[in-house]
Amino acid sequence: MPQYSEKVMEHFRNPHNVGEIENPDGVGHVGNPVCGDIMEMYIKVKDNVIVDAKFKTFGCGAAIATSSMMTDLVKGKTIEEALQISNRAVVEALDGLPAIKLHCSVLAEDALKGAINDYLKKTTGKGLPNWKPHED
Amino acid sequence: MEKAYFDYAATTPTHPEVVTAMLPYFEEKFGNPSSIHGFGRETKAAIQDARLKVADLLGADQAEIVFTGSGTESDNFALEGVAFSREKEGRHIISTPIEHHAILETLKFLEKRGFKVTYLPVDQYGMVNPEDIKKYVNDETILVSVMHANNEIGTIEPLAEISKVIRELNINRENRIYLHTDAVQTVGQIPVNVNELGVDLLSLSAHKFYGPKGVGALYIRKGTKLVSFMHGGEQERGRRASTENVPGIVGLGKACEIAKKELPVWTTELTRLRDKLKNGLFAKISDIELNGHPTLRLPKNLDVSIQYVEGESMLLSLDMEGIAVSTGSACSSGSLEPSHVMLAIGKTHEQAHGSIRFSLGRLTTEKEIDYVLEVFPPIVERLRKMSPLYKGVK
Ligand code: FES
Repeated sequence: MPQYSEKVMEHFRNPHNVGEIENPDGVGHVGNPVCGDIMEMYIKVKDNVIVDAKFKTFGCGAAIATSSMMTDLVKGKTIEEALQISNRAVVEALDGLPAIKLHCSVLAEDALKGAINDYLKKTTGKGLPNWKPHED
Repeated sequence: MEKAYFDYAATTPTHPEVVTAMLPYFEEKFGNPSSIHGFGRETKAAIQDARLKVADLLGADQAEIVFTGSGTESDNFALEGVAFSREKEGRHIISTPIEHHAILETLKFLEKRGFKVTYLPVDQYGMVNPEDIKKYVNDETILVSVMHANNEIGTIEPLAEISKVIRELNINRENRIYLHTDAVQTVGQIPVNVNELGVDLLSLSAHKFYGPKGVGALYIRKGTKLVSFMHGGEQERGRRASTENVPGIVGLGKACEIAKKELPVWTTELTRLRDKLKNGLFAKISDIELNGHPTLRLPKNLDVSIQYVEGESMLLSLDMEGIAVSTGSACSSGSLEPSHVMLAIGKTHEQAHGSIRFSLGRLTTEKEIDYVLEVFPPIVERLRKMSPLYKGVK
């Protein structure tokens, strides 16, 4: 069992933004190719700003904590700003993750990008240029 | 915070009487058993006494017991010892896909050195069919190794029937097939008699039944050929050189003595508590299923798969409530692979993901069971609400 930081445990204990958004503007649905877990991210966008974000995750403590942190970080950001948020930023905000759990944070990044991709497709007809979820 | 330990299959608290028995062998009775003087004779006698107790619990002769450093060492010793002493007679070994890693990794090691290993199929409960051995045996077969009970799902293997099949096969063979069993999960926990089981080799570990960590034993039936595991001294009749871990060995002996006395009580009490836990969980949690055999299983073991939730997150949530369990989920394994046992018995990755093992022991109380039954269902509920797999289910 990995040792999680206090921050991770805090978000695991009380994850923020759990759930679905009704009539979301974008949904990202990704599966973790490493261990087989699943993450869904929903976003609500107004004037190019992400006004709400929610998630559902079937996965380990790190997966739940990174989803929670990711939804926190994107709220209030413009689409362009949100796209700059990498899994590293999430890991840092959580005071680190055990090395073996880094892939879970990649899942959170992918879920967000997936949601933005979906939003762009719906609004502009084009998704993120050559966006693909990570393979590992 | 309340605390409730449900991981006895991982390790057990040392019995206070075991600790008391061990203590004199640190300061007062510290002699090296190989020394001829009084200090040495004293500890040599203590080791002999422990050997008798281990033999007594197993229905073996004291000369058939070799002390080792752990269950893992016993497994390595048994497999490598037989393989290397009999490679001229044959290089084929039969085992199962649900063995402990101490067996599986040793088999891999032997495979790299030219041995062939056949893994018997297991059914949905992890049970081996003894008749299958006849199908897979060949002229080269020198050893069959089947665990007595599975550490994860608790299923007890039909060893007596397996040894019967092997005995019949051996009638017409020049190179006798040996039977080894990893009995780490059964010795001191359910009745284990080497003659009733008909095994030639049996591995056990002290800390799984209230003995200390760092000591185990290998039962080696008289006349069984195997090369020594450690070289450098005459200890254990030259089979396992090393200055003996005297306090540990004394502790193992004491644990065997206690187990012999207490076993019937432990077995009935654990079965009762385990069934209470099982019935309670099944009544309170939907989409839950038992892993392992419904009746032919270790009294201490309850292994379940809970749909739509992942094991590590359940384990962490229980840990936050002071409850210790284990899981076969990929997320909590160092390799990020789901449990090999779950996959071998035909479970899907999702089922493996949602597996949780409760293992009970002699100190488990009714109150602890009630506590789990109170705390665990809401945890599952909470995690399910977070799970994208749970949508639309109800
Ligand atoms: S989701 Fe499986 S390890 Fe994190």
